[in-house]
Amino acid sequence: MTPLKLWLTADAPTSRWQAQAAQAYAIWRSFARNPLAVLGALIVGTLIVVAIFAPVLAPYTPVGQNLSMRLMPPSAEHWLGTDELGRDILSRILYGARITLLIVVMVAVISAPIGLIIGAVAGYFGGWTDRVLMAITDVFLSLPKLIMALAFVAALGAGLQNAIIAIAITAWPAYARIARAETLTFRNSEFIAAVQLQGASHLRVIGVHVLPLCMSSTIIRVTLDMAGIILTAAGLGFLGLGAQPPLPEWGAMISRGRSFILDQWWVATMPGFAIIIVSLGFCFLGDGLRDVLDPRQRDGR
Amino acid sequence: MTEPLLQLRNLRVTFPGPRGPVQVVHGVSFDLGRERLGIVGESGSGKSLTGRSLLRLLKHPAKVETDRLIFDGIDLNALSEKQMRNIRGARISMVMQDPKFSLNPVMTIGTQIAEALRVHENLPRTEVKTRVRAMLDQVRIDDPDRVMKLYPHEVSGGMGQRVMIAMMLIPQPDVLIADEPTSALDVSVQAQVLDLIDTMIVGNGMALILISHDLELVARYCDRVLVMHRGRVVEELEAGQLHAATHPYTKGLLAAVPRMDETRKVLPVMDRDMEYDQ
Repeated sequence: MTPLKLWLTADAPTSRWQAQAAQAYAIWRSFARNPLAVLGALIVGTLIVVAIFAPVLAPYTPVGQNLSMRLMPPSAEHWLGTDELGRDILSRILYGARITLLIVVMVAVISAPIGLIIGAVAGYFGGWTDRVLMAITDVFLSLPKLIMALAFVAALGAGLQNAIIAIAITAWPAYARIARAETLTFRNSEFIAAVQLQGASHLRVIGVHVLPLCMSSTIIRVTLDMAGIILTAAGLGFLGLGAQPPLPEWGAMISRGRSFILDQWWVATMPGFAIIIVSLGFCFLGDGLRDVLDPRQRDGR
Repeated sequence: MTEPLLQLRNLRVTFPGPRGPVQVVHGVSFDLGRERLGIVGESGSGKSLTGRSLLRLLKHPAKVETDRLIFDGIDLNALSEKQMRNIRGARISMVMQDPKFSLNPVMTIGTQIAEALRVHENLPRTEVKTRVRAMLDQVRIDDPDRVMKLYPHEVSGGMGQRVMIAMMLIPQPDVLIADEPTSALDVSVQAQVLDLIDTMIVGNGMALILISHDLELVARYCDRVLVMHRGRVVEELEAGQLHAATHPYTKGLLAAVPRMDETRKVLPVMDRDMEYDQ
């Protein structure tokens, strides 16, 4: 054992910092024991790196057309071939990672707080507030996500921004449900009563005491939902309602390649692989995170 | 006699039941000066409900009515919920039974005590920190800087209760309601915690309402004792005069206390069927 490992696994840490490092190390160890979770983390990490360094990594520009090189099969020059306008598919996929990441992050940033707040308010106040808010949530939950997103994009107009808004609108009800369930478990507990009798306002109780406690389960749920968000975004792109050409959105790329699927299979297949791999990555990562962060599911490991 | 700090007249608490409303507190009245008042009674006698009613903290479906509830010249019944929040914590505070449940598990102790102060006062960060440290020092916690960074599960029950007391006293209230503050603690630390409450109350010239089922304890730490039974105050006594109780219920309670040099073969129990109500 290296000195670092001995330091990290000490039974009696000598400083608070060491204890925290040891805890992080223990979490990492149980995370690393799950190979799929590590794979998921690697995929998601790669996605982020690719999104950041797309201009450096991409051999060609994602929008540069070269009609003399139309529909070329994968070769040393164009690793994943070219599409019907002679654009390099690899470069488009690498740039497409930015759009995918943007959609995922924006949807999470918009829908998670909305869901958290609605759920926490419903759970905390109970009674009519709860009934009305949960009825609205149920209405949203009862419709299939993709269809509702389609309806919203149709109403708002096609485009990347509207696709993000539409997906966010369909994603929040799940978080509201989770936050409400979590809030119900401790809304009558003594420490909430203690805060109330200190004279804290409802806003303060929810913001300072209720929301932080709902956080961890929501984060896990968001990670697990990311695969669904990517698929919905790709679905919208496929139908021409998401990112508009010439943006290299993966779903839209599949849609363009549809016409040549039998003769030039790589045009539609390559972005398809990208979608599958990234979705799987988020699924694995979410599962792994749940196992590590939720002690209730950790069975004596 | 000067105007009492807190005047309560005819407090009634009712809950809805399957056969119509059930009244659980039947007209409790008392005056509280800057003194230590004990409320004793067995489980379900309405002690805690009385305590919480003073802060108007009972939630639906409980129904609380009073003829008069005046605190320091303010009619608490007439206050809006928002004005009431300014009273809670800042003027009247409450220490609850079990520190394990009454501290937020995911917040450090320092943050929680600071939070109690921030609810009522807008102070600069450094000042808040100094006050929290001083408060922890006052409740006799060694090494406040270390304890401030701990989470509630990292401290013992007695320490937790002292933290709770610090949290409730930091806004410097006039009245502290202690609802069985030691029932969740080991016997050995009970006295410590109560001594601490006592010192803080006397030192700051505050009023204390100590709710307990332990007669000895109340007699030792209070000036005056109210004995409650089935939602009524059956007797009011000077703490020193407890043995001179005249009411049969109080006498029954006193007789049921086991003694160190016990000679009785059978410990007397309360007669459940007896109607003590006047």
